[in-house]
Amino acid sequence: MQLIKKVLKRTFPVMTGYLILGIGFGILMEDSGYGLPWVLAMSIFIYAGSMQYLGVSLLTGGASIIQTAIATLMVNARHLFYGISMVDKYAEAGKGKPYMIFALTDETYSLVCTGDVPEGVEPHKYNLLVSLFDHCYWVLGSAIGCILGAVLPFDTTGIDFSMTALFVTVFVQQWMDNKQHFPAICGVVVTALCLVIFGSENFLIPSMIVITLTLSVGRKFLEKEVADA
Amino acid sequence: MHSGLLILTMAVVTALLRFLPFLIWNGKRKTPAYILFLGKYLPYSIMGMLVVYCLKGVQLTSYPHGLPEFIAVAAVALLHIWKKNTLLSIIGGTALYMFLIQVVFI
Repeated sequence: MQLIKKVLKRTFPVMTGYLILGIGFGILMEDSGYGLPWVLAMSIFIYAGSMQYLGVSLLTGGASIIQTAIATLMVNARHLFYGISMVDKYAEAGKGKPYMIFALTDETYSLVCTGDVPEGVEPHKYNLLVSLFDHCYWVLGSAIGCILGAVLPFDTTGIDFSMTALFVTVFVQQWMDNKQHFPAICGVVVTALCLVIFGSENFLIPSMIVITLTLSVGRKFLEKEVADA
Repeated sequence: MHSGLLILTMAVVTALLRFLPFLIWNGKRKTPAYILFLGKYLPYSIMGMLVVYCLKGVQLTSYPHGLPEFIAVAAVALLHIWKKNTLLSIIGGTALYMFLIQVVFI
C-alpha cells in the first residue's frame, strides 16, 4: 500500500497529462469514426502519444503500410535514445524487463532516467510499477475520451502544458543536482538550432545525431571532470 | 482490415525502436564503455531536447510571440528552484499557462 501510494505520488504529473492527452486522442478517434476497440488497441499496443495522434490521420487518410512504417520511424526514433541510456539501468530488471522496455515512453523515461527512487523501495519494482501505472493512465484517458466525447465542465485549453512543465521540472532538478551542465546546455542549444535549420517537422533526428556527436567529442573533457570531482 | 494492419505496423515499429538498444547490448556481452558514457550523459541532453520539442509549435513572429509559453516555462523553473516540489511546479505552471492563454493573451 505504502509502495502504491509512493508510485501514485511520483506519477501524478504523468497521470494528469496522460488523462488529458488520452481523452483528446479518444475524442479525435471517435470523431474519425473509430470506436472503443480501435482506441483501446492503439493505446494498449502502440502506446506512443504523438504517434497515435499522427496515426489517426494515417488511418483516415488511407496511408500505405510502407508510409506508416516510415512515419513511425521518423516520429519515434528518439526512443532509440532512451533505450541506449537505459541499457545499463535496466540490465538486471528481471521478469518485468520486456514490459518496462515496451512501456518506455517520453514521460515514463523522464521519471525513471534519473534513477531517483523513493526511500526503501526496490528500484526495479518501482520502475515496473511506474511503467504500468503510466500505461494505465494512458489507456484509461483514451477510453474516457472515446466514451464521453467533448463534455468537460470547464475550458481545458492549455492543460496539455502539464507535459512541458514536467520536462522543465526534471530539467531544472537535474541541473541543480549536477555540477556538470554541458550535456544539458548541449541538448537545448543543439535542438533549438536544428529546429531553426530543419523546421518543426524534421528536426528531431538531426538533433539526436548532433547531440550524440557533440557529447562524444566532449567525452574526454566530461570524464576528466568526473575523475577530478 | 487495412486499419488493423496500419495499427500493427505502428505498434511493431515503435516496439522495435524501444527494444533495439537492449537487443544489441543484452547484458551477456559487457556493455561497451562508450554506451555507458552515453547512458550517463544523454539523459541530461534528452531532457533539454524534450523541452525544446514541446515548444516547437510556438510562433515567435506573430502575436503573442511565444510570451505565454516563455513566461510559464520561467515560472515553472523559478518555482522549482524555490520550492523544489515537482507537483507544485507543474500545477502552478500549468494553471498560469491556462490563465495566460485563456484570459491575458487573447
